[in-house]
Amino acid sequence: MEKEIVIKAENVVKKFGDRVILNGVSLEVYRGETFVIMGGSGCGKSTFLRHLIGALKPDSGKVSLLGKDLSLLSADDLDAMKKKIGMSFQSSALFDSMNIGENVSLPLKEHTKLEKNVIDIVVKMKLEMVGLRGFENLMTSQISGGMRKRVGLARAIAMDPEIVFYDEPTAGLDPIVAGVIDKLILDLSKKLAITSVVVTHDMKSVFSIADRIAMLYEGRVLSVGTPDEIKNSKNPMVQQFISGSADGPIKFFQQKDDYLEQLIK
Amino acid sequence: MNFIESIGSAIITTGRHVKDVLALLFDTLYWLAVGPLKNKFVKRDSIFDQMVFAGIGSLIIALFVSFFTGIVIAMQSAYQLSRFGANIYVAPMVAVGVARELGPVLTALVVAGRVGAAITAEIGTMKVTEQIEALETMALSPIRFLVVPRFLALLIMLPCLTIFADIMGIFGGFLVGVFNLKLDPYRYLTFSFQFMQWKDVWTGLIKSVTFAIVISMVGCYMGLKTKGGAEGVGKATTLSVVTSFIMIILFDCILTGLFYFTQK
Repeated sequence: MEKEIVIKAENVVKKFGDRVILNGVSLEVYRGETFVIMGGSGCGKSTFLRHLIGALKPDSGKVSLLGKDLSLLSADDLDAMKKKIGMSFQSSALFDSMNIGENVSLPLKEHTKLEKNVIDIVVKMKLEMVGLRGFENLMTSQISGGMRKRVGLARAIAMDPEIVFYDEPTAGLDPIVAGVIDKLILDLSKKLAITSVVVTHDMKSVFSIADRIAMLYEGRVLSVGTPDEIKNSKNPMVQQFISGSADGPIKFFQQKDDYLEQLIK
Repeated sequence: MNFIESIGSAIITTGRHVKDVLALLFDTLYWLAVGPLKNKFVKRDSIFDQMVFAGIGSLIIALFVSFFTGIVIAMQSAYQLSRFGANIYVAPMVAVGVARELGPVLTALVVAGRVGAAITAEIGTMKVTEQIEALETMALSPIRFLVVPRFLALLIMLPCLTIFADIMGIFGGFLVGVFNLKLDPYRYLTFSFQFMQWKDVWTGLIKSVTFAIVISMVGCYMGLKTKGGAEGVGKATTLSVVTSFIMIILFDCILTGLFYFTQK
């Protein structure tokens, strides 16, 4: 059966000043799968994610969501598109001025005509999914980092989106909470048939959730494949990244000048 | 060459900022006009919260500043006028000076320091913690959500504060006139209002409306442009207050000139 493509990036190029961040990234994501984009810090994966949600525009190339080219959409159509996607931020990005319940209910209050008691029920359901029902009235400053991530997730799925994007969902969390978050991402994809795009460099998380993996390096897609294909990849860069060794083709040092030259200068 | 270059680049940067602030003002007015039509107007609660914060919260300090300023002008003008035996002219001097100039300007400066700084710090923190981006991903305009309520609140509350400040300043001068210069209270007040015209009050209020636009736009703009974590928020807040102060004085000069030449 032909798989439906929900996200399509074609030759996306982005420069910040002289620095080339994305150097022609092309990817396809199918409906219902969990797609992981991995890569070292500064390889452009967060920037790429921002192109997929329409927050940044590519210098050249195009991004299509659900069959529509984002750069051709009017402001209203782009807003309509944004209601079909959810985003879980690296820093959770919860609104400090609101409590947890209000954070989750905000998109519902703003974009739907649901009655208040219906919204309350939906909020309870979403919080139940992330295991935080009953915490509606706590302020965001009163909960831990892992709980914040989960509230952010509940908010991302409040509008029943078709695609959910995760920016480093397990970064900075202890292994158990990270495992809980991974399980949540899997649950959401399986139970709600949501397409998930996860940006991460947490290897344990990558292999436990991914249906397919893309590895980004220096603004390019190095390799795409299923977890097994990636594990057995012949590409030394991919192998170095998976094993996390300091020696290999990927250079950790990013200085431009020669060390010796700089010392004696 | 380097010196001239730096002047040139400063002018270009300033020009770009002015353009961006005007674009923000345009967007704000757009949401004010189009929001209700699209049934997406700002929540009344958030406007109300901002009004309480900007208005009621600033009342005491605005009254305090203008009361003592009234006293100071009365004493300073009495120092000159008593030489001509024209003590009674202290009354119109204070009334007109406060209504036209000091009420609006000092209140605006107080509010810029208190409310403008808070606006930048809050929006700036939201910016560096991805909250602004989160709003945008939810298809919620940060302008409609954050800027419009603050803009409206200041637009309404700053002129109100100014009227109270005017009254308080005149009262300060009145105390000096009655207790120090031994002027008859009734005569002091009639003399004040005989010289002070409606024109003096409404030109002052036009100024304070302009200052409200300046404070809210500069505050929101600096907040939305913040980058670089906690340090960035601090820098943005400082820059916001300094810019507001300079703009208030600049617009005060322009408007005073305008009224001076057109409203003889």
